[in-house]
Amino acid sequence: MITIRPVGAGGCTEAPVLRERGQREVFCGLTGIVWLHRKIQDAFFLVVGSRTCAHLVQSAAGVMIFAEPRFATAIIDERDLAGLADANAELDRVVARLLERRPEIRLLFLVGSCPSEVIKLDLGRAAQRLSQQHAPEVRVLSYSGSGIETTFTQGEDACLAALVPGLAADDRPGLLVVGALADIVEDQFRRLFDALGVGPVRFLPGRRATAMPGVGRGTRYLLAQPFLADTARALEERGAQRLPAPFPLGVEGTTAWLQAAAAACGVPRAHVDAVLEAPSRRARDALAAHRSHLAGRRVFFFPDSQLEVPIARFLARELGMSLIEVATPYLHRSHLAEELAWLPEGTRLAEGQDLERQLERCRSESPDLVVCGLGLANPLEAEGMTTKWSIELVFTPIQGYEQAADLAALFTRPILRRHALAEH
Amino acid sequence: MQLTLWTYEGPPHVGAMRIATAMRGLHYVLHAPQGDTYADLLFTMIERRGQRPPVSYTTFQARDLGGDTAQRFQDTLRDAHERFRPQAILVGASCTAELLQDDPGGLARALDLPVPVIPLELPSYQRKENWGASETFYQLVRTLARAPAAPRTHGRPLCNLLGATALGFRHRDDLREVRGLLQALGIGVHVVAPWEATPDDIARLPEADFNVVLYPEVAQQAAAWLQRRFGQPFTHTVPIGTAATRRFVDEVAALAGVPVPPGLVSPRATWYAQSVDSTYLSGKRVFVFGDATHAIAAARVAAHEIGLTVVGLGTYSREFAREVRAEATALGLEALITDDYLAVEEQIAALQPDLVLGTQMERHIAKRLGLPCAVISAPVHVQDFPARHAPQMGVEGANVLFDTWVQPLMMGLEEHLLGMFRGDFEFHEDAPASHLGRSHAALPDRAPLPVDDIPIPAPPSAVAAAAGAALDRAAGDGSPAWTPDAELELRKIPFFVRAKARRNTERYASERALTQITVETLYDAKAHFAR
Repeated sequence: MITIRPVGAGGCTEAPVLRERGQREVFCGLTGIVWLHRKIQDAFFLVVGSRTCAHLVQSAAGVMIFAEPRFATAIIDERDLAGLADANAELDRVVARLLERRPEIRLLFLVGSCPSEVIKLDLGRAAQRLSQQHAPEVRVLSYSGSGIETTFTQGEDACLAALVPGLAADDRPGLLVVGALADIVEDQFRRLFDALGVGPVRFLPGRRATAMPGVGRGTRYLLAQPFLADTARALEERGAQRLPAPFPLGVEGTTAWLQAAAAACGVPRAHVDAVLEAPSRRARDALAAHRSHLAGRRVFFFPDSQLEVPIARFLARELGMSLIEVATPYLHRSHLAEELAWLPEGTRLAEGQDLERQLERCRSESPDLVVCGLGLANPLEAEGMTTKWSIELVFTPIQGYEQAADLAALFTRPILRRHALAEH
Repeated sequence: MQLTLWTYEGPPHVGAMRIATAMRGLHYVLHAPQGDTYADLLFTMIERRGQRPPVSYTTFQARDLGGDTAQRFQDTLRDAHERFRPQAILVGASCTAELLQDDPGGLARALDLPVPVIPLELPSYQRKENWGASETFYQLVRTLARAPAAPRTHGRPLCNLLGATALGFRHRDDLREVRGLLQALGIGVHVVAPWEATPDDIARLPEADFNVVLYPEVAQQAAAWLQRRFGQPFTHTVPIGTAATRRFVDEVAALAGVPVPPGLVSPRATWYAQSVDSTYLSGKRVFVFGDATHAIAAARVAAHEIGLTVVGLGTYSREFAREVRAEATALGLEALITDDYLAVEEQIAALQPDLVLGTQMERHIAKRLGLPCAVISAPVHVQDFPARHAPQMGVEGANVLFDTWVQPLMMGLEEHLLGMFRGDFEFHEDAPASHLGRSHAALPDRAPLPVDDIPIPAPPSAVAAAAGAALDRAAGDGSPAWTPDAELELRKIPFFVRAKARRNTERYASERALTQITVETLYDAKAHFAR
């Protein structure tokens, strides 16, 4: 089913969105575990699911699984399917064994999967029961990373939204940055906020379960990631207010994002400009080399992480690329309002996916660069297209000034490589 | 519920994907939620395939669960048929869809497509990947294989090669080796399946004289059915290792009624294992784990063709546990049958072998324990789908096994030597490469050392003083002390047995309650332990 909305003027604020349903070549929300467990250092993620879930997590985590990983799967077997009471007892046994093995764990997430959702195993209640059993050492929360409900990065949204009700009440004024960022990026932002005189600034998630930020009526929050719809709603239920801003990708995005925070805290514009002048100039200089390789090239985005719109905006405005199609698994209009206004008018936006049709569109456009998942990348390369595999955009530090050129380099590299290999 | 950090095998529908992806003209329609497409990248990334697996997913979501998942399945199946026009279609459910009430087989029948549609029943909560591959291949063969229209007018003998799949460990190169052997014997290859076979090829399987089962985990069930139904015998020997390859050649030659040319199976590895450089491999303790076929073959090669001592043997293939147990018993061991990598790690840590032969997981376990390791079986990562020809089977396979297994040991020995020589005046960790000569004695990023400052071996007097100091230290703790003369004599013993000589001498002295170790004691001990 395809719905076309009427065309409006200026950016893509009122642009029509191609809505498709069909086969989706995307990860489920369980994949979020792979980076979330690196961020929250004393949390453990226990997927309650099937062998497929275990296989997916291990395929996505690659070799990381061996560094005493803080994630595992409780594999449901046929005995569990026989009766629900049994399954709860089994889960308690597995959790007890796990916590015995890993006494340093302070926060345990029970992560729901498609099988656990379909058999209606109540993980919320299980988390409450287990929290009581293992208090005060371990807190147990639950969220769903199932494919039937979440796409890839939405797993982080579900996880953070599960954290919000347990955050300490704190009505004092303060800024909360929401979304897991690489530690190095978080530290850079912290230094910039300090220099701007914005604060106190806290980050969600915190690096430790025991050091999560508080939230309350004085909290203004800034989304660092575009895929946090449920987390934002949960924060607003706690009285926090969102600061509308584009996302901190590229020089423009980062500047506007920091400006939004500074403006909300009443920092004079002249001071903001003075603080941001040096780092933004450095980032712009670093981008220049990439611009010469990317300007004028045509890029096609398959849906993956919801980062597609802000990244496409960066590629178009700061690197001069032209956008053929920007597809996202889910388009949150109000969170993306600033981004959509910045997208070049006439950009084809798509939400959802019907894989075979989208592949037909992609082939017929013969783009210079295709941003897609690893299931599609090699097959499209074999067809002669140049691809950039999209998962890297989630695992690599890309936000902020110092990473702007790194982000551009992710797109330059495959183009230069194809060129280098074709020369001989 | 089973607590799992790592799984050796994927779910059974991944086994079915391995069959579908290996074949041509076949499509698999999988009733599965969003996210199950992750399995595509096993094929496109690990095996580096340039095409997507021929699989269409229904991608149902939570909002569909109320009722129209069956409709979604039928729509997906109809679209896939129209788009890909396959000769045959597999239909089935992944683990989540198995919990729904939809019946892919029945829904497919209702569509009445003009090609064979083969429903797969793969119990995801009981079985695993290899079972799924075996069952899928069996169902394909059962459904499609047709009795030959007329008996073949006999030319040269013909066989089918069964079992090679997508994502199989070295399946591509094993096929080339086995084809070479059969060609040398004058035996024709009729159909290779599922590797690059079409459904039409599957239909022609019964025309061959016999079947060669390369990977029993995948093909034995289908081969047994072909034997029952069409009287085709099949091979039971897997040609991994020199002896097994010879037995395999004899077996296929007997089935085909052809003679075996002399010298057909003479790998270089046989001579390499006999050459004196390999003497140090004798009695090295090896732990073997993998799928049943590769584990059994590796244990035999290790014990009888390279002269290692097998100290542990196990498999994650429960379907072939009996065969592995029998092999372990023959080696005087108890087989480890488990899919829990922590149990494998525990056993490796307890055994402390000199070499681990296993899967990707054992590679990581060995790395953590600081043990040499080589990979012999799936699951494997991208580096074990190499660009070069690297079979495990046949003559070249035997050569590959020798090189692959001995290399980490050689590296182990090198590492050992480096440890021994650490602190040696011309072989310490900061020393430049010897081929750069004396003039390059200092690395470019360091201040050049004056020649006088280059450490030289300590003069005997210094050694004696050091030994004297050692004597003083040792005197306090009641253990026998070395006299300076004895310490000097000990230093004349080659470095690689020096530590052992010290240990043995001290033990000898302790047992005899000697307080001092003299030169005499040293040689008394040597004579004692030489007996």
